[in-house]
Amino acid sequence: MAEAALAIDVEGLTKRFDGKVVVDRFGLQVRQGEIYGFLGPNGSGKTTTIRMLCGLLTPDGGSGTCLGFDILRESARIKREVGYMTQRFSLYEDLSIAENLEFIGRIYGLADRRRRVDEALERLGLGKRRGQLAGTLSGGWKQRLALAACLLHDPRLLLLDEPTAGVDPGARREFWEHLHQLAHEGMTVLVSTHYMDEAERCHALAYIAYGKLLASGTAAQVVAGAKLHTWAIEGEDLAAVAAELRGAPGADMIVPFGARLHVSGTDAATLAASVSAAAARRGLRATSVDPGLEDVFIHLMRRAPEPVTVAGRAEG
Amino acid sequence: MFAWSRFAAIVVKEFVQVRRDRLTFAMMIGMPVMQLVLFGFAINMDPKSLPMAVVAAEASPFSRSLVRSLEASGYFRVVAQPSTAAGAEALMAEGDVQFVLHVPADFSRKIARGERPVVLVEADASDPAATGNALSAIQALNYSALDRDLAGSLAGLRSPAPAFELRVHRRYNPEGITAYNIVPGLMGVVLTMTMIMMTALAMTRERERGTMENLLATPVRPFEVMAGKIVPYILIGYVQVVVILVASQLLFQVPMVGSLALLSSILVLFIAANLAVGFTFSTLARNQLQAMQMTFFFFLPSMLLSGFMFPFRGMPGWAQAIGEVLPLTHFLRIVRGIMLKGNQWDDIALEVAALAAFLLAAGAVAMARYRETLD
Repeated sequence: MAEAALAIDVEGLTKRFDGKVVVDRFGLQVRQGEIYGFLGPNGSGKTTTIRMLCGLLTPDGGSGTCLGFDILRESARIKREVGYMTQRFSLYEDLSIAENLEFIGRIYGLADRRRRVDEALERLGLGKRRGQLAGTLSGGWKQRLALAACLLHDPRLLLLDEPTAGVDPGARREFWEHLHQLAHEGMTVLVSTHYMDEAERCHALAYIAYGKLLASGTAAQVVAGAKLHTWAIEGEDLAAVAAELRGAPGADMIVPFGARLHVSGTDAATLAASVSAAAARRGLRATSVDPGLEDVFIHLMRRAPEPVTVAGRAEG
Repeated sequence: MFAWSRFAAIVVKEFVQVRRDRLTFAMMIGMPVMQLVLFGFAINMDPKSLPMAVVAAEASPFSRSLVRSLEASGYFRVVAQPSTAAGAEALMAEGDVQFVLHVPADFSRKIARGERPVVLVEADASDPAATGNALSAIQALNYSALDRDLAGSLAGLRSPAPAFELRVHRRYNPEGITAYNIVPGLMGVVLTMTMIMMTALAMTRERERGTMENLLATPVRPFEVMAGKIVPYILIGYVQVVVILVASQLLFQVPMVGSLALLSSILVLFIAANLAVGFTFSTLARNQLQAMQMTFFFFLPSMLLSGFMFPFRGMPGWAQAIGEVLPLTHFLRIVRGIMLKGNQWDDIALEVAALAAFLLAAGAVAMARYRETLD
């Protein structure tokens, strides 16, 4: 396959709120037809970056294109081609499902609005409940409606800001199947999330913390790039082992996973020595494992230079 | 059980929240100050120095004394001396003068002969409260106005029997019915209140509920949002007007002397001016409560300083200056002029121009404040 064109290509994006840098010289390249995961702790600048991409915020610095349009000068064109799903449900709760879709259809000036709304309702399986007020829908249904609304005008790029927060696993799985179907049809998707299983479903990832891009690439590349070594300890009384290992040479990060303890560090030799010593003292079994995405992300975040205060605005 | 610590926790929290909500705090301090100033200094139920036109068919010592004594009462101030009654009529219709004094041609001669000539005082009674005290003062003057001039051989003509007859002619509202003044004015007050509040809330609601973010991410333009938000409320405003007009006819028998078509066309301007204010507030307010507070901040002076509740001419200069800025002031003059005086386009052109200027200014501020982004 030939090198696909870039749907998003930005460089040096910077945004300040009241003097605080929320996004710091951020660069991002997303290929067409790709599902790109956007990860990072709360207040790391994910929402701000997405808002800059679709023209909701004006960057204080940087440049680039979104679908080939200049993000600084052609935000009107970008808005027409992008579907943006906000973190918080932002359709009208006092309008019915059908009225919300009709409204969006009119705003985008869709010629065959009726047909598209009917189709969207049919796809959603909401044909019979079209008259129901959007405010009375459950979280999962609200999310489906919001997705249908931002797909109504056939965008070429979807920007999804934590679309599955507060949605049950079944609905999340369906949602991701839908995303992959869309990507298969050529849609580019940039999706921010906190869920590791969702991160692993993305074609490529970017990890951002405190407004800075810390790692990017496929999940495997990100894991490999962190040069992290992880040991898993299994058995009884893991809390005591964790306490003992805290501060031990080489053990940078100790994370309990239920009946297992993940101990990670970048210095393989010292880590191995510390872990096997601690495990041996209590007769526990320690095995070297592949670090997961979560281990890597927590490691990246800890290593990042942490400003005293982060993110001026809610959800930065 | 009542626990002091829990009670204190609530008290402390309330104070912290009030302090944080600057606008509410400002309102709690500002409202009493504003009301004190307005009620204490600006409002005057006994307006003095009301503008009067004198149409003197003769210039004699008697007529000059009459005018001087009227002015000496403090209630009248001669601002024009038109040569014809028609000129005076126009001044009154446009609201430039509140009274017209007609001195007949043979005033001195008739007085000298003891014929008790008739002096006509026309009063603009469309606002009975503004003219009431002045008219009472006239009646008292009747007896003493010319005493000084009736000296020597004319001394016999002095009071108790007045030397001339002062006939008061209440124009536009001969019976001095307060409802004639209040009901048309109410139209302006109701529109000001509801139009500003509805738009201020409608826009703020979008922001508060997060729907603004979705709207801004679509290709919709600021002017489309503003116009689209305003038009439905213009229609609602018209429904309110119809209700008030029908009620004023059926319940209060308020006359409709002028042109309904003229009034309707000016209503668009007035409603749009208020909506632009509401829209501006919505760009300033962070939540619906603040939008309500701003509405009241605007509404209170509108009601008190526009001439709706209290005579405009009774207010000191600074209060009148504030009043002149408010759209309600101009609309009251227009609506009362059309309904009670039968004002034509020419009579109210200046007031309409003031409304238009206000609309332009408020619209410009609203558009400048509206952000296409969330910055």
